[in-house]
Amino acid sequence: MTLEQQVITIGLCVLGTMATRFLPFLFFSSRKPTPEYVRYLGKALPSAVFAMLVVYCLKDVQFTGGSHGLPELISIGAVVGLHCWRRQMMLSIAGGTVCYMLLVQAVF
Amino acid sequence: MRQTDNTETREQPEQTAGIWRAFKAAFPHTIPIFAGFSFLGLTYGIYMHVSGFSFIYPLLMSLTIFGGSLEFVAVSMLLGRFAPLQTLVMALMLQARHLFYGISMLDRYRGMGWKKFYLIFGMCDETFSVNYTARIPQDVDRGWFMFFVTLLNQLYWVSGATLGGILGSLIAFDTEGLEFVMTAMFVVIFLEQWRKEKRHDTAWIGLASSAACLYLFGADSFLVPSMICIVAGLTLFKGPIEKAGGLV
Repeated sequence: MTLEQQVITIGLCVLGTMATRFLPFLFFSSRKPTPEYVRYLGKALPSAVFAMLVVYCLKDVQFTGGSHGLPELISIGAVVGLHCWRRQMMLSIAGGTVCYMLLVQAVF
Repeated sequence: MRQTDNTETREQPEQTAGIWRAFKAAFPHTIPIFAGFSFLGLTYGIYMHVSGFSFIYPLLMSLTIFGGSLEFVAVSMLLGRFAPLQTLVMALMLQARHLFYGISMLDRYRGMGWKKFYLIFGMCDETFSVNYTARIPQDVDRGWFMFFVTLLNQLYWVSGATLGGILGSLIAFDTEGLEFVMTAMFVVIFLEQWRKEKRHDTAWIGLASSAACLYLFGADSFLVPSMICIVAGLTLFKGPIEKAGGLV
């Protein structure tokens, strides 16, 4: 990617973010009810989008060759386990990452 | 509200005291955010460093985008091939939840003058939740209170990210595998979302759509089709999903 393309990529992230932050103040008013479909999407989208992001993080994993995605699956298991056990965001993230780093550096 | 009427005619020292009072009231509310933002910001900065970017990148990105999850995704998009449409759609989908923060804050941010622009600009998840739920004392100016919450939170995030970008070069251990921090973060956010909801139809729609699109379109171009499938799926099953309840 050239520097110009990097600037455009970052700029589009800013544009997308700011559109979602500023649009309500431009288009909606507290006197008018928010369109029902918009309200529904607001509740329904987050889970679906975060599921998509988990898949996005794993998009380059080769399940048919190499380590068969085992380091990823084991570490995700560690994240889920830690999070169900202690429910501390930082502990789950750090623990899962250290687990993955140990696996790819020392085991696989 | 009573403060907005005649602030203009107030004496200067009294106004400064009011701003200071708002700062002192706002600061304690941001301490828990400080812990989280320092940790994630540092990690983000280090992640950018090991991905080959100078600390200028996390500095400018945390300052202008100011949305943690998108900033992480932006790293991998910067490393991939140039795909402006995918980038914009990703940003919109990932940040769509802010629309609802805005709607909830329509009334509270009314009449804030110049501060309103910054309050909206800096409304990340954590800032929203503090400003939305905090009980602001009667004698504290609400505008300044929310301004300082927003400012302090952004300060924590930007300094963490920049420091991570700088300190990244000092790290002596092998950082192979550190990129997993992004996966771990999204798994945790997904789990939190999962626990909040009684039914998981929307999570399954997201998971199935993106897994199927990844299989069909390949790693480089599955995002846009996935997002289309997700919105289509949610729209198609809107009736049954709402009828079943369980959305929060």
